[in-house]
Amino acid sequence: MSATSPFRRAGLVGPALLVVLILVGVPLSIMAWVSLLGRGATIGVDWQSAPSFANYTKLIWEEDFDGTLLFNPTYLSILWRSVWQAAATTVICVSLGLPVALWMSSLSRGARDIAVLLITIPFWTNLLVRNYAWLIILREDGAVSRAADAIWPFGPVQLLYNDAAILIGLVYSFLPFMILPIYAGFEKFDWRLLEAAYDLGANRRRALTRVIVPLAMPGMIAGSMLVFIPSLGSFVTAAILGGGKSMMLGNLIQLQFGQSRNWPFGAAISVVLLALMMLVLMGIAIWKNRQEPKR
Amino acid sequence: MTTTPSAITVQSVSKSFGRGDAAIRVLQDVSVEIGAREFFTLLGPSGCGKTTLLRLIAGFEDLDSGSILIEGAQIDHLPPFQRPVNTVFQSYALFPHLTVAQNVAFALEMQNLSVADVRRRAGEALEMVRMGAFANRKPSELSGGQQQRVALARALAPRPKVLLLDEPLSALDLKLRKEMQIELKQLQTEAGITFVFVTHDQEEALTLSDRIAVMQGGCILQLGTPRAIYERPAHRFVADFIGEINLLDGQVSGPGKVRLDCGVEIAAAAEQATGARVTVAIRPERASLAQGGMLPAVVTHAAYLGTASILQLRLANGTPFLLRAATANLPEIGAQVSLDLPPEALQVFAA
Amino acid sequence: MNLRRLPFTREISLGVLVYLYVPVVVLIVYSFNANRTATVWTEASLDWYRKILTNPSIRNATWNSLVLATAAGIGSTLLALAAALGMRTRFRGAGLVEAVLNAPLILPEIVVAVATLMLFVAIGIDMGLIAMIPAHIAFCIPFAYLPIKARLEGMGPSLEEAAQDLYANRFVTFRRVTLPLLWPGIMAGFTLAFVTSLDDFLTSFFLSGPGSTTLPVYIFSAIRAGITPEINAISTIMLIVSVALVVTSFLLGKMRR
Repeated sequence: MSATSPFRRAGLVGPALLVVLILVGVPLSIMAWVSLLGRGATIGVDWQSAPSFANYTKLIWEEDFDGTLLFNPTYLSILWRSVWQAAATTVICVSLGLPVALWMSSLSRGARDIAVLLITIPFWTNLLVRNYAWLIILREDGAVSRAADAIWPFGPVQLLYNDAAILIGLVYSFLPFMILPIYAGFEKFDWRLLEAAYDLGANRRRALTRVIVPLAMPGMIAGSMLVFIPSLGSFVTAAILGGGKSMMLGNLIQLQFGQSRNWPFGAAISVVLLALMMLVLMGIAIWKNRQEPKR
Repeated sequence: MTTTPSAITVQSVSKSFGRGDAAIRVLQDVSVEIGAREFFTLLGPSGCGKTTLLRLIAGFEDLDSGSILIEGAQIDHLPPFQRPVNTVFQSYALFPHLTVAQNVAFALEMQNLSVADVRRRAGEALEMVRMGAFANRKPSELSGGQQQRVALARALAPRPKVLLLDEPLSALDLKLRKEMQIELKQLQTEAGITFVFVTHDQEEALTLSDRIAVMQGGCILQLGTPRAIYERPAHRFVADFIGEINLLDGQVSGPGKVRLDCGVEIAAAAEQATGARVTVAIRPERASLAQGGMLPAVVTHAAYLGTASILQLRLANGTPFLLRAATANLPEIGAQVSLDLPPEALQVFAA
Repeated sequence: MNLRRLPFTREISLGVLVYLYVPVVVLIVYSFNANRTATVWTEASLDWYRKILTNPSIRNATWNSLVLATAAGIGSTLLALAAALGMRTRFRGAGLVEAVLNAPLILPEIVVAVATLMLFVAIGIDMGLIAMIPAHIAFCIPFAYLPIKARLEGMGPSLEEAAQDLYANRFVTFRRVTLPLLWPGIMAGFTLAFVTSLDDFLTSFFLSGPGSTTLPVYIFSAIRAGITPEINAISTIMLIVSVALVVTSFLLGKMRR
């Protein structure tokens, strides 16, 4: 028979599926289990320990000498910074991404291909290297810093190792992830709709809000997902541009696997990060459902 | 009549797509026998199942029930590459990375012929469609009509018992299509094999076919020669689909009599019982203008076409009527005329 | 008036392009700076490039990166090819399968990296290339899958039906029709998977052992120690390689329309 039999299909798709499940699904399950265990003496995990939610409570409270629980804001502030940075990055990326995508789709065919290539290239180059480039620019004896010092009258400007630097780095890292999905949406855009809007008396601003933005919405949602989630779990940017003081969830997790040697705690933080990500995805799915009229 | 088994036998074939409640029955218990050397056409509107039936014969879909035999041998469990049929696709499906000659030679290479034989047979096939000069071109360099001919050559080269053609002419412009119709018919006679031709163009079907199967909703409504289908449609849908026809609704008012909705009672042989609602059908060229004829009408449009004239009329109750007359004397628009409907030209269908 | 032009979009876009490329240009320029102190420009020189070419740690890291990227590229492309071929017909659960195959794209890499570390520790596999290769293959699969799938969909089913109609069995059809036409998509997929593995940092960071450092991991440790011009040089090379590969993949995607 010409149609692919289920066995043949399973044989073809199976291997790839298995590899992903074994190397992504299984580890995540193990990690969830580990988050309930205690820290090991040498290797990081004490597999024999009794499971508990101790690592999770540790995020919010810490035990005092006599066993009372005191509210510990340290970890929550890191969580808050991560959420805030990711949200700010997403908002900035949307504000910049929409005009760029619009401009790209207004170009001629040949110019458009070049523009897509130019936006795509950073997408594929090493995240580490790109953040490092900002390190060069922003550090104290760099040109930008000296220029900023010259302009700002209130003392030397600290451009590096703070939240602002991280934000600049995050936007820089993930802007293409926002531009490309919005642009992809515009490629299929029927520009006659815009002409119809103008014909019916809409001025440019109205055309923007009433026609373009709603049509760009799916791309903006997709882009927001592709920006918010990696920003939330960002490690590289925070490590290179943030220094030790402005930690984000990514750094915190890495710390548990580095100096702190508390793997189960690291696992717990990772689970929290995953949970946040699930929340975002669910929120988007619900929002999408509301948008679509019932058929 | 020959005693050898038919070229293709389709027995009670059914096919559905989709699952559960959403399943669509595309073919319902279809049976047909197609003879050797016959130019057989499956005709019908889109969605009637004609293409699905063709693909079932070719082997690209599996049937749900029934069987298909080629010269008496059952083939419905065989994959396409083991069936002695070849297909000309609607989109031609020429291999873009191979030259015209390589395309045509493709099936021959599968048959383990010697290199010399492959080249010879491919050359012959190309000559049959007069595309020999294009042997080394790539498909993308050819026009639509040229690609179509290469697709034909490719399917004919392996000398199959049956050639299946899936609306092969639909992408061509009118003039080219007419030329290709003649070529196709000549090719079929020359090659001496069975053609199963799928189309939605009833004129094309009438021109080319030895026999036509008119399909609708997954069933064959009528099977017959072009003449039989045109002159004696067995089904209201067939009557309407083939050629032009006038359909007049009415009610049987007595044996051999029908009272039309426009008020006139005419003589028409109806099988239906008195009182039954019926539709009376008559071809535009079978009615005629006659003084004192049975059916009064008003002329709404008249066109002179050289050898004949087309008149568009309106009956008493507003029903339109089309008349084809061999006269050059056209009545004025708005003129009152009357029509004669010879009873032997009428066909009565249940409403 | 050009209907599609809205005010300021061009200015913003050019600003964004500057924002995206200036740091990179600065990086490249400074990699040719003869002066050790990266801020002061002395003269153009290839000193640093010479230095990194002779540095044994860097050569080791480069070798590891290339081996890893090649293995991951080939492995993930083969798996993705099979999967794309199998996913052509619609079946129940197809959406779920695709979601799983594309999952590495959406999951935060640090979480997956850390979890994979725990997996290998739990099984008892040592950190090193043996652990890194399967992990890289897993997250490279979606990058190889998408171009192949796109190319397959562009081809449509009729060509293979035609081949089978002309007596080619499944194997011959694949070899003589599907594969030649699919080849640009396969190469594009391999290139993207290769680049992704080459540029990967987080997973390699957590799974690398002594002697199995990759280039990005080396760069990271070097940055931690302080900005040196050697880092500029390696980074520039990595950038150029990535760009070359991406442009190649892009051109392959445009082939034989």
